[in-house]
Amino acid sequence: MTRHPLFWPVAALVGLIVLNAVVNPSFLEVRIQNGALYGGVVDILRNGAPTLLIAVGMTLVIATRGIDLSVGAVAAIAGAIACSWIAAGGDAPTAMLLALAVCVLLGLWNGFLVSVVGIQPIIATLVLMTAGRGGAMLVTEGQIITVDDPVYRQIGAGFVVLPIAILISLGVLLAVAALTRGTALGMLVESVGTNPRASRLAGVRSRRIVWTVYVFAGLCAGVAGLMISSNVNAADANNAGLWIEMDAILAVVIGGTSLAGGRYSLTGTLVGALVIQTLTTTVYSIGVPPDAILVFKAVVVIAVCLLQSPRTSELFRPRRRAEPADTRAQEVAAP
Amino acid sequence: MTDSPAPPTDPVVDIRGITVDFPGVRALSGVDFQLFPGEVHALMGENGAGKSTLIKALTGVHRPTAGEIRLHGERVEFTAPVQAQNAGISTVYQEVNLCPNLSVAENILLGREPRRLGAIDTRACRARAARLLERIGLSIDPGSGLDSHPIAVQQLVAIARALAVDARVLVLDEPTSSLDTDEVAELFRIVRQLRDEGVAILFVSHFLEQVYEIADRMTVLRNGALVGEYLPSRTDRLELVSVMLGRELGVLEEVERRSEDRAPGTEPVLTAHGLGRSGSIAPFDLEIHAGEVVGLAGLLGSGRTEMARLLFGADRADTGTLSVGGRTVRPRGPRSMIARGVALCSEDRKAEGLIADLTVRDNLILALQAARGWMRPVSRRAADALVAEYIDKLDIRPADPGAVMSTLSGGNQQKVLLARWLVTQPDLLILDEPTRGIDVGAKAQIQKVVADLAADGMAVLFISAELEEVVRVSDRVVVLRDRHKTAELTGDAISVDDVMGAIAAHDGQGTAVAS
Repeated sequence: MTRHPLFWPVAALVGLIVLNAVVNPSFLEVRIQNGALYGGVVDILRNGAPTLLIAVGMTLVIATRGIDLSVGAVAAIAGAIACSWIAAGGDAPTAMLLALAVCVLLGLWNGFLVSVVGIQPIIATLVLMTAGRGGAMLVTEGQIITVDDPVYRQIGAGFVVLPIAILISLGVLLAVAALTRGTALGMLVESVGTNPRASRLAGVRSRRIVWTVYVFAGLCAGVAGLMISSNVNAADANNAGLWIEMDAILAVVIGGTSLAGGRYSLTGTLVGALVIQTLTTTVYSIGVPPDAILVFKAVVVIAVCLLQSPRTSELFRPRRRAEPADTRAQEVAAP
Repeated sequence: MTDSPAPPTDPVVDIRGITVDFPGVRALSGVDFQLFPGEVHALMGENGAGKSTLIKALTGVHRPTAGEIRLHGERVEFTAPVQAQNAGISTVYQEVNLCPNLSVAENILLGREPRRLGAIDTRACRARAARLLERIGLSIDPGSGLDSHPIAVQQLVAIARALAVDARVLVLDEPTSSLDTDEVAELFRIVRQLRDEGVAILFVSHFLEQVYEIADRMTVLRNGALVGEYLPSRTDRLELVSVMLGRELGVLEEVERRSEDRAPGTEPVLTAHGLGRSGSIAPFDLEIHAGEVVGLAGLLGSGRTEMARLLFGADRADTGTLSVGGRTVRPRGPRSMIARGVALCSEDRKAEGLIADLTVRDNLILALQAARGWMRPVSRRAADALVAEYIDKLDIRPADPGAVMSTLSGGNQQKVLLARWLVTQPDLLILDEPTRGIDVGAKAQIQKVVADLAADGMAVLFISAELEEVVRVSDRVVVLRDRHKTAELTGDAISVDDVMGAIAAHDGQGTAVAS
């Protein structure tokens, strides 16, 4: 059973939940108030929604051998635009549509740099990672913009039985799963990520596919940014979505999708995002000293990644028989 | 057949009965090789002949399982490349392996920079580099960045680096493969100069003309064994090619399939006129008709793959025209040629064919799916039916559509890749080395499939390093040499000898032989 790629992440998740329940017996309680659910677990779902959403976009980017470091900055921009628009007297739906349109443009920019210009994804998106926060600062004129709009408040803090934010994230997750696995898109994405040269020679439109996943990642980051800013009724250009790209990448990696590209698992990403968010909650609930929080998180993440690695899993199973002779030897044998 | 008298000095390098084993394979068995001071000695052989293995045994990369290497008469056993280097054996590899971001001087003296007070003495470093550059007659600023120079100059800098250790033996492994004619001439000038200074030079190249121009002696390897030592002045090209390929002259092959008479005036499936790409393949003309198998023969590096890639749109031509089905096309990439019914099965299975992590099913339908677009997925049932059909037709094992591609043997992977193109039902199928590195059974199956496809009206361009195979399956054979199309053999009596003759022919003699 330890062979299943999600065994260790799920084990970590269960372990963290048990730990929380021991420290705080009311952790697992779920109360019903006004037809909505409340409780420690529900809080994890609500607070984890932005990370999960960004991680879904990141999963597809990573599957094409790419990475998007700019998602945190894009999230900040989305919040800044929406709040500025509302603060200036605009209505919330227009504000959100405007913010998302800008995020699509930013995704187009990232995708252009990677797929057309051919810049390494880590560098191409680093541009927007740094420049994007500056852009958000310009939009908010360096201020934290607070808003009080009942409609805008819903996306991050509203409830329809469950928090609306997690419903959105789960909805996107399911839609992406249906879209990529129900059509040939998932297979083509994996093909481009596994072997870009072979895919091109087989006639796959790899440029278009790569470009599209960056646009989608930008859109996900935009929605996540709206959730974050809506939840606090404010746009903070400096701190909104700070380091969320790292949490999203970790969620994808913990979920078993390789940074080398190729096969991806959306279920894995879901588990990974839950592990990350539960860990963050745990750090506070068990009272880890603030100075040690980052170190504590790092230790847990390293442990999960180590347990998951192929070399470690070798230790948990009987030795396999030797690999067939390596390819170099086979080529020598060729006439 | 050895006919070369040893020069009247002692050899610098004397290799006796050397054997190198890799897991499951004997890469080199009992090879003797001698290298004398002041000679350029060419090492010849096709892919897998053991050239690289011999060089790597000499330079300490591989450890021989048997035999001995003597340097200046003393037995040596290198366990690491650096030991060979310190003993005066320097190697310049095919791909320039220098650091483009460092200066010329830093590259030349990397790892042995003159030091002063523990820090690198830049001035002394540049002065020493300048002396080495002067020795090979290269006038560039040692302080300039390496990447500011063209690849040919970088190659010469690599040689200067090799000389920095006072090399008595210089190994040049395919040094000319990325150089143009003038640059090769410059390289050869330096090689001759070093030879005259008494350096022993081991030269590996696939370009016959270059070998004949520069080499004093030639050693031929085949399948890991020594074939013999030859003098360029006493061995004609035809004889050399025949010993490299292991075919005795005068042995006629029986040809199994023959072209049917084509109705005159039929439109060719594909016509290339003056199609070429500089640095890749010289402009050529080619016509391929439906139901015809055209073989493409030539030594390694003669431009076979380059021609195929140009026809498929994988590389962009810079001269000439290409038309498919009578209509002129300007390919914008493989996709546009696939849409016109052209398919290419690449020679580099691993880098350009397999999607290793995906299943046999996904690999098999990839090209078809790519052509349909992502919104019209091949249904699971249709895919399984196709996969089952080709697993049966091509005898793919294991017969499991869900098996991960990387777990299949080379021959079965090749069959899946062949099937990937067959399901797209192309008008022209280009097969680049479809039988390389696979076992005899799979090879015969693939050859039979090719014959059947042509009988059903498909046009096939068949590329193989094995002349017997090319002759056996082809109606017509196009011969390439040194990136030029030099001959086209047609008629009922193409023989391996004819093809070899065309491969070995001098310039201007290459358009003979048609019945």
